[in-house]
Amino acid sequence: MAELTMSAALNGALRDALRDDPRTLVFGEDVGDLGGVFRVTDGLQREFGRERVFNTPIAEAGIAGICVGLAIAGWRPIAEMQFDGFSYPALDQVIGHIAKYRTRTRGRVSMPVVIRIPSFGGIRGKEHHGESPETYYVHTAGLKVVVPSSPLDAYTLLTLAIRDPDPVIYLEPKARYWSKEQGEPTADGPPIGVARTLRDGDACTLVSYGAMVHRCLAAADALTSEGTACTVIDLRSLVPLDTATIGASVRSSGRAVVVHEAPRTLGMGAEIAARIMEVAFDHLEAPVARVTAPDVPYPPASLEQAYLPSVEDICEAVRRTVSY
Amino acid sequence: MSVLDASDVVRLIAEDGSAVGDTDVGLGTDGLRELYRHMARARRLDRECMALQRQGELTVYPPFEGQEAAQVGSAFALGPDDFVFPSFRELAAALVRGVDAVEYLEYHRGTWHGGPYDPYASGFAPICVPVATQIVHAVGWAMGAKLDGTAACALAYFGDGSASEGDFHEAANMAAVFRAPAILFCQNNGWAISVPPDEQYAAPIAARAVGYAMPGVRVDGNDVLAVYVVTKAAVERARRGDGPTLIEALTYRIGPHSTADDATRYRHQEEVDAWRRRDPVDRYRTWLLANDHVDGAFVTSCDEETEAWVAQVRAGITSVPDPSPDELTRHAFARPIAAP
Repeated sequence: MAELTMSAALNGALRDALRDDPRTLVFGEDVGDLGGVFRVTDGLQREFGRERVFNTPIAEAGIAGICVGLAIAGWRPIAEMQFDGFSYPALDQVIGHIAKYRTRTRGRVSMPVVIRIPSFGGIRGKEHHGESPETYYVHTAGLKVVVPSSPLDAYTLLTLAIRDPDPVIYLEPKARYWSKEQGEPTADGPPIGVARTLRDGDACTLVSYGAMVHRCLAAADALTSEGTACTVIDLRSLVPLDTATIGASVRSSGRAVVVHEAPRTLGMGAEIAARIMEVAFDHLEAPVARVTAPDVPYPPASLEQAYLPSVEDICEAVRRTVSY
Repeated sequence: MSVLDASDVVRLIAEDGSAVGDTDVGLGTDGLRELYRHMARARRLDRECMALQRQGELTVYPPFEGQEAAQVGSAFALGPDDFVFPSFRELAAALVRGVDAVEYLEYHRGTWHGGPYDPYASGFAPICVPVATQIVHAVGWAMGAKLDGTAACALAYFGDGSASEGDFHEAANMAAVFRAPAILFCQNNGWAISVPPDEQYAAPIAARAVGYAMPGVRVDGNDVLAVYVVTKAAVERARRGDGPTLIEALTYRIGPHSTADDATRYRHQEEVDAWRRRDPVDRYRTWLLANDHVDGAFVTSCDEETEAWVAQVRAGITSVPDPSPDELTRHAFARPIAAP
């Protein structure tokens, strides 16, 4: 059975979309011959030509802005922002137009746009290369926001994002680009908006997304040896957020720990904790805990493991929650 | 030599209505009259909108009096398959494109954002308030039209202040790099709210075109025939596959930035009076009459038609119902996401 890296899985999803839908376009900085700095677009320009896969000038607002015009002209743009920290010039176009166009035109003009952004930390990168921008997008009504945690699900989510009639911000965890998974990629996975439960356990519910899912799984393994069985939920989709799956699990376990590498304040943990209050308050045996990065800018490489939630941080939060 | 290569400001009709260039622009009498009809209607409706706002029937309204030639002349040079990306002051251009006046004004009525008209029906994108962002949209649309192998082009309207935004540069550079069939049409109306040209830019906006390897031309924006000729040349260049053009139409915003603005705080009445003497509608009418393209009876009947039409628009916009609150959550996504 094939073993895929996430980079290769994303590449496969783009290739299949370019092959299956002649209206799809892939563009961004260095996506041509280079294949993107993470090789996600490797070989696509050679295979599909310079009209459908093309380099753009270094102009993130321009990249997002042409998505609007191309979508109006009936194309399905799949744009790449080179890095999370460089995606901010595009926010004006994303917030001001891509997210609002459907509403502003009373549904007459859709924005089937995918913006892929290599995101999050853990690769010993330079500053501006380890950001967690999800809250900016999640807080912008009109956008869907997805984050894969594994190669096969990266394929599924990207394929669904490209087919989606609405704009999807696709945040790719850089730390997982070279992780491998065995299996055949398929579009027939859970739809956008549905979480995956990767591990079942009755003591505590761990909720996470992206690279932190793997630290949650490692924590769950470690805790199992202590006799504490955790459920691990991989959200996959931050908008829509699968409150039903989270709620059902927490109503059963009575305990929840939310884990993300974004700073704490108004990170996803805040929203998830609030929703748990709304749907599972009477079942809670302990306060919802958050394991997050501190409210400081992303640190240099030598400090990033101190900044990111560690497996032990997660285990400790679960122990506190279970023994509350 | 193309009119796009002109080093001086392109002008065909002088301020006094006399011809100073080749006024045979390829429009027959019907076309010349149609231009006038559009300008007269736009002028009259704009003034009506100011009144409607003062009467509480519209929310904040941005008047375009003085810019009728710049908008009508340029929009008139486009074909039905082309696409316009306006800012928020292009009602005159919208009317030329066939946008329904009431549907357009619903934006200013406060019924719906963007304008409830169908952008595809008239090739006229939603009203765009974030400054200069629409220029990039036009370039994207033009890239798409080129990929489709059509001869259609996109035209973006923006102001002198917009040209200071980064999006102007990104749009111009991308248009040039991709040889997009796009026309970057700057209405330099002398004021970016309260900021005058010498506090906004240090070189003519059209001169920047050199840096993008595209033609850049200045045109008398109060001369409808000159605007038409220049835009037509840019359209033909785009259709030939030769890429984008930057046009800077020199005009003047006679009114305030919007009904929420007080222009007396930053500019002198003498300046406004001087520009009134260059009025685009009067100038064109004088030329039409002097050259027997119209007579007094035509002007009178045009005025009467305009009055009747404006009365209809007024009745239409003041009786538009408010949308249902149910509609609030209907459009954000193709399939609404349930509230948490």
